[in-house]
Amino acid sequence: MDLAFIIEKFSLVLLVFLISLGVAAYSTFFERKLAGWIQDRIGPNRAGPFGLLQPIADGVKMFLKEDFIPKNSDKWLFIIGPGISMFTALITSTIIPWGPPVEVFGRQVTLQIADFNIGILFIFGVVSMGVYGIMIGGWSSNNKYSLFGAIRASSQMISYELAMGISLITIILMSGGLSLNDILDHQKGINWNIFYQPLCFLIFFICSLAETNRAPFDLPECESELIGGYHTEYTSMKLGLFLFSEYVAMFISSAIISILFFGGYHFPGETYFVGNTLAIISILVFFAKTFFFVFIFMWIRWTIPRFRFDQLMHLGWKTLIPLAIINMMITGIIIAIYEGWF
Amino acid sequence: MESLTNRKKVVSNKPMTFIEKLYLPAIFSGMFITLKHMFKKKKTIKYPEETRVFAPVYRGQHVLKRDEQGRENCTACGLCAVACPAEAITMVANERKKGEEHLYREEKYAETYEINMLRCIFCGLCEEACPKEAIFLTDRIVPTEFERGEFIYGKDILVESIEERIDISKRQNTGKRGVV
Repeated sequence: MDLAFIIEKFSLVLLVFLISLGVAAYSTFFERKLAGWIQDRIGPNRAGPFGLLQPIADGVKMFLKEDFIPKNSDKWLFIIGPGISMFTALITSTIIPWGPPVEVFGRQVTLQIADFNIGILFIFGVVSMGVYGIMIGGWSSNNKYSLFGAIRASSQMISYELAMGISLITIILMSGGLSLNDILDHQKGINWNIFYQPLCFLIFFICSLAETNRAPFDLPECESELIGGYHTEYTSMKLGLFLFSEYVAMFISSAIISILFFGGYHFPGETYFVGNTLAIISILVFFAKTFFFVFIFMWIRWTIPRFRFDQLMHLGWKTLIPLAIINMMITGIIIAIYEGWF
Repeated sequence: MESLTNRKKVVSNKPMTFIEKLYLPAIFSGMFITLKHMFKKKKTIKYPEETRVFAPVYRGQHVLKRDEQGRENCTACGLCAVACPAEAITMVANERKKGEEHLYREEKYAETYEINMLRCIFCGLCEEACPKEAIFLTDRIVPTEFERGEFIYGKDILVESIEERIDISKRQNTGKRGVV
């Protein structure tokens, strides 16, 4: 491991970290703008031109608030909770391939922090750790509404993780590998997985809405029933971390959706470009796809009302899991026929 | 019984069809509606830069008018105070002395005239009761204060100044009161 390699990886980590945080900050702004547009309003437009400095103003506000810890709370867990949420949201970005290799100062740089051969399993492992932040935060607050939020978050996680995992087996079967690069190599040009697995995409998309605790599955926070759910007792930047990690998670899961189903950085006509031009266009295409899904996440939030809890469980256990299993079996059989097993 | 308005709906509890049970068509049509709203004209009035236009019948802070020569119209007859349902108006009458003809139009005038803006309900009955075209409600907004006492407006606030006349033509043209 030479010095150049360390510098390369370190700068990539820093870049991805800053981009994730920046995108998350501006997602909060864009979400408020979009909510305004959908409700025939303008949205925030006072801080800076078109309100573009709004995220900075929000951040400053969050930092200046009183940092309050309830007397009967478990102090250490109370502090660790938002940290775990943020950590798990950010750590998933390590294995995302942001584009094809770039040449910088004569070095071939892969735009992926780490290429694990178990890519998808790593994502699942880390994403399901994310619920610990919410659970610990909700439990340590020593507040019944926070506890309700935490319980809802964990039961929701269990019911949707399963359908998500089963639906993804089809993608793994088709590409023949767990690494995200295997999955990407399989869908060059416009040979995207969405055309082969629309049902799988639908299941995965619904599940990722539930995983990131976005509406219509935002039952853990659920302002109207639980006064903010797991973050009822949180103030200041600890609350900020919880809210922020939701947006980071949204960005990362949009990126994962676009990798798994929409060809990641691949686009039709990519064979006409080479070298760094190809890399730059590919990165832009990848970000365009990702932001499109971020937009759809927000669009859904401001359209569809929240599910009731029994409806949520019904959808998870009785609809999505059977559908995912049927989809997996049909795909398996078709692949077996193609491979000439019968 | 026969329905008179023809507006009543018969409640049906028929089971949902398969397409309805999927919920997806309903979700997509809902998302289409919100998409349409994204590109509609916004209803927002950007307040400090733009202000909403008041209706001609808007009833705001009162004004005590002067005539063309700058003399106060009010003769302290007390009809406004009697008409006031909120008991907000009080006044003390006085006789016009020699040499004060340029200040007051008739022989009697109001020495003090007070309206308690906390009691006032801005109904406009004082304006209707006034026989001398002296009191009008305008499109000005009563500002907020920190002390209760500051809401009792005397003649210093209510009487219009000679240089800056308050326009009440919109109010007169509403047809609420005949020409005197």
